[in-house]
Amino acid sequence: MGNKILEINHLKKQFGDTVVLHDISMSVEAGEVVAIIGPSGSGKSTLLRCATMLETMDGGELIYEGIKAVRDNGSGCSYADALTMRDIKKKFGLVFQNFNLFPHYSVLQNVMEAPIVVQKRDRAEVEKEARVLLEKMGLTERADAYPCQLSGGQQQRVSIARALAMKPDMLFFDEPTSALDPELTGEILKVIKQLAAEKMTMVIVTHEISFAKNVADKVVFMADGYVIEEGRPEDVIDNCQSERLKAFLSKMTE
Amino acid sequence: MLNIVTQLAEGLLISLLIFATTLIIALPLGLGISFVRMSKNKFLSFLAKVYISIMRGTPLMLQLMVIFFAPSLIFGFSTTAFYRYVAVIIGFGLNYAAYFAEIYRAGIEAIPVGQYEASAVLGFTKGQTFRRIIFPQVIKRIIPPVTNEVITLVKDTSLAYVIAVEEMFTVAKQIVAAKGTIMPFIVAAVFYYLLNALVAWIMSRIEKKMSYYTIK
Repeated sequence: MGNKILEINHLKKQFGDTVVLHDISMSVEAGEVVAIIGPSGSGKSTLLRCATMLETMDGGELIYEGIKAVRDNGSGCSYADALTMRDIKKKFGLVFQNFNLFPHYSVLQNVMEAPIVVQKRDRAEVEKEARVLLEKMGLTERADAYPCQLSGGQQQRVSIARALAMKPDMLFFDEPTSALDPELTGEILKVIKQLAAEKMTMVIVTHEISFAKNVADKVVFMADGYVIEEGRPEDVIDNCQSERLKAFLSKMTE
Repeated sequence: MLNIVTQLAEGLLISLLIFATTLIIALPLGLGISFVRMSKNKFLSFLAKVYISIMRGTPLMLQLMVIFFAPSLIFGFSTTAFYRYVAVIIGFGLNYAAYFAEIYRAGIEAIPVGQYEASAVLGFTKGQTFRRIIFPQVIKRIIPPVTNEVITLVKDTSLAYVIAVEEMFTVAKQIVAAKGTIMPFIVAAVFYYLLNALVAWIMSRIEKKMSYYTIK
């Protein structure tokens, strides 16, 4: 057993009367890369949004590095106090499908803003680290550009740099390539692969099955708000048991 | 002629004073009202809605008169001569704040929810998110409608004549009545026009300054 970064127990989420997540449990260990796959409407993005606390949970527990962010009090969920929450929010970053960069800030400012404002770190030190991150993302030349001047792939790389600048223990990716042209998808997948090689803990919601198979340590297949199968990619993808997953995979590889 | 221009220029100073004070009051007050209008508290939001509806639904001229006459006619206070200036500032401030509130609301509601989500995940507080991420983008979006309002305000200052505030239009009317010449109106028109040309120029400069980025 490794060091658990994230633990989700019996997560339940509903919108009105529609239950979108039924009793989801999963855990992510340090250095692990988890890919979540499944058809649209299966609840995978909602799961990510609950884990990053963009959505509130209706049942279950959410634990980061042993600290309970959300506890189940039987009839619903209670969230940790603001101070604990601030600590917990430092532990993860999220990369959005639509990047959500700040359009009025340059690339460099996008990366530097949160470490300076939220973490109150020294500007000069943050700038040094931000430039290193941008170099890693192949964006050295674009540090002073604005998001509107960048391609989708470049914007997504900025948003990855922005998340990494906070020095999170883990990163979530919500369909990071879905808003990109196919030829730009590769550059993002390459970056994620590089992060995986550096043992960054990651949870990736993706439609790129072959990528999931290549880079993930664990694949989770979701449908209709349930986890249908999970396990090593070679077991789940190449040797799937359920009809649902078989049908999904054959559709995806058509 | 020179005499007319000097007299009108004095009136223009008062007009400018009304103009500037109104902006100083109405721009922040409007932002506050827009927050109340967007409040999750249904009662507060309703109050703001009623306020805006009344301010927009009745003539500014009438509002000025009500504010000017209310203390003496309703409450029996005797007002000083200076009160007419106070009434003008209150009237314009309250009225323009209602319009600005709706402009702010439109601007704030147009910001994609993703901006809030990205800020939340990065750990920004609500206040930091608004000040650093949302508001700068709101300003860029609302410059065109704000320019409209500001230009209207320049011309609306002439309404202060109804409570005999000695702004430019009041002065122009007095000279016309006394001297029987149309010239004061022409000169006043030129002053209003030049002032608005200046306003439009300043606003377009601000707009240009913010055009370094585009919002999707």
